[in-house]
Amino acid sequence: MPAEFPWTEPPLLSVEGVSIRFGGLTALSEVSLSVPRGAIAAIIGPNGAGKTTLFNCITGFYRPTSGTIRLHGRDGSPALERLPIHRIARLGVARTYQSTRLFAGMTAVENLLVAQHGFVRRGLGAGLLRTPDFRRAEAEAERRAWEWLSFMGLESAANRLAGTLPYGQQRRLEMARAMAGRPVLVCLDEPAAGLNPQEAQELNGLIQRLRAEAGVSILLIEHHMGVVMTISDRVAVLDHGQVISQGTPAEVQQDPRVIRAYLGEEDRDPLPGDGG
Amino acid sequence: MFDSPRSVTPKFSSAPPLRRFFLRPARAGPPAVLAGALADAALAAVIAAVLFVPILGLVLDRSRLEPHLGRAAAAVAIVFAGRLGLAMAVRTGNWARLTGFAGRAASPARGGWSRGWSALAGRPLIGAGLALAVLGAFPFLPFANNYLLHVMSLTFIYILLAMGLNIVVGLAGLLDLGYVAFYAVGAYGYALLAKYAGVSFWLAIPLTAAIAASAGFLLGFPVLRMHGDYLAIVTLGFGEIIRMLLVNLTPITGGPNGIEAPRPTLAGLAFTASPPPGTRAFHEAFGLEFSPAQRYIFMYLAILVFMLGAVGVFLRLKRMPIGRAWEALKENEVAARALGIDPTTTKLAAFMMGASFAGVGGAFYAGMEGFINPTSFTFIESAMILAIVVLGGMGSVAGVILAAVGVTLLPELFREFGNYRMLVFGLAMVFVMIWRPEGLLRVARRSVERRTDAR
Repeated sequence: MPAEFPWTEPPLLSVEGVSIRFGGLTALSEVSLSVPRGAIAAIIGPNGAGKTTLFNCITGFYRPTSGTIRLHGRDGSPALERLPIHRIARLGVARTYQSTRLFAGMTAVENLLVAQHGFVRRGLGAGLLRTPDFRRAEAEAERRAWEWLSFMGLESAANRLAGTLPYGQQRRLEMARAMAGRPVLVCLDEPAAGLNPQEAQELNGLIQRLRAEAGVSILLIEHHMGVVMTISDRVAVLDHGQVISQGTPAEVQQDPRVIRAYLGEEDRDPLPGDGG
Repeated sequence: MFDSPRSVTPKFSSAPPLRRFFLRPARAGPPAVLAGALADAALAAVIAAVLFVPILGLVLDRSRLEPHLGRAAAAVAIVFAGRLGLAMAVRTGNWARLTGFAGRAASPARGGWSRGWSALAGRPLIGAGLALAVLGAFPFLPFANNYLLHVMSLTFIYILLAMGLNIVVGLAGLLDLGYVAFYAVGAYGYALLAKYAGVSFWLAIPLTAAIAASAGFLLGFPVLRMHGDYLAIVTLGFGEIIRMLLVNLTPITGGPNGIEAPRPTLAGLAFTASPPPGTRAFHEAFGLEFSPAQRYIFMYLAILVFMLGAVGVFLRLKRMPIGRAWEALKENEVAARALGIDPTTTKLAAFMMGASFAGVGGAFYAGMEGFINPTSFTFIESAMILAIVVLGGMGSVAGVILAAVGVTLLPELFREFGNYRMLVFGLAMVFVMIWRPEGLLRVARRSVERRTDAR
């Protein structure tokens, strides 16, 4: 497990000079950052800094105006910025959303089976005839679904409709769904949003277990500083669509530009604990 | 009647909402009961008057409207009296004693009929086996006549069609208002293949499925990026294009005059009294007396088998990755794509699969009727099949079968009531949608248990 910074091996994901403009608005400008293999990396920044926009570029929801995004994964180093969403997903990039996007009318297990779509898929005939090979693949997918349910503590919700689950369970189900597709990189969009301090604490442990037990790299957007600073190996700070600082959590915390972005200009009212 | 807010009653209580709404027992003394019942009955009478005065009270005599208000008044009086009696019974609490219904609906213990039903529902195989045995034996029962067999065969075709549309609308959530186009493609596909290429019925079945699937591909391709209303409009247009082609390509399709479709045979044995030279008839081969019933029974059983096949395929599809992908795309397209589901191929597959069901249905329809023309493939057919799927419950199997029976069989059976049956039919649809917006039967979701054995 990598823990030391800087890493020497090539990163898993590298974002190189990505800009995106919507009409006259430049949402991201020349953003470069990387997610080392096996790392938990965080993107932080004030509201409207472009964090989710960057996620949307990485996962194919938006097409960057310029720049390139490379995934150095199991299929070489494809450039993601020209691929459709589902192709990026098949390369092993999974994500969650700020407001959950579950398949509300399907059960929790079915949500996880959909995520394994690519692994269960056999020919049409095999499924219609329920060949032994097809049944084995289905049983395996169901077993994995249950594995992730118990990992996330959702066994009791297994056969309930996803839309009827309490908010906290929906968030965990969405993480389970992202994991069930066997990704190499999981992008979590504000996983701690709406959680109380104790749940946020549990989330810390959960994210660390994801890396340790499933061996994925994690890129997360977070407002919750407790989450970011305790579990991240690496933090990038976005402000007005630009990376203003990156490094280890400690380095970023000391960076005057970060403090300025979060707390305002130096000559405003000094706040307690405001070092600048 | 409208005195207390409706929202007080929970949305999913056990009593049917309509009953709760209209017949709410009042807790009050006798004079108030009478006054309340009178007010209730008066309101009912007003509603009845609004309905019956134009319907019964005005008669169009050539170009003049003749008032016949006496008939309307009688109808309104009947409604008033009936409603008054009903309202009094409910308000004095006698309704429950009269019917035993209220107490049963409120208590969790259900009555005999529903208990029997749920016992059956707990053992779907036994229930399905029972239904199969009845359906298979039906043509040989004494009261089965050619007309009844024909109507039931038609119902089976509609079930088959509804299963196909259930894939497109129920599972994939693509609103298709031109589904009848594929039905037409199947029917004409068979008739034309038989006429120009001499293809036999049974060979034509897979061919028409393939042709209809290709038509589904043709329709699906341009409309993949459309959703909801836009998709509905384009599919509607597609349905009309196909029908206009059939009407106007007179040299090929026979135009409005239609085209003959040869009757199916059983391994070359025709169901006619005098077979064409060089072939044998069914009754000759089996040493039977000729009877037209043989053909009806044969078609009934053949369509039954294919209908059951369609139901089976639908059930399997629902439990396959492609079926789950359809549902996922319907539930949340963005999330489905971000899980690696290709929306293009997945939606195309839904269109093609649904269309192939319709193609087979069309071929059977042509073979059963022996003659087809474009009037069988108008928009109202699409609307009917869609109504079956929506009334039955999108994605549900039992509900859709129930709705198909209701929509096709009941109007046939009550034919002697003339056009009133269509009135009742329309009303029934409205009430089902109020009472059960999710359809007659909600989709039963399969429950997946943890596997303890290490397989």
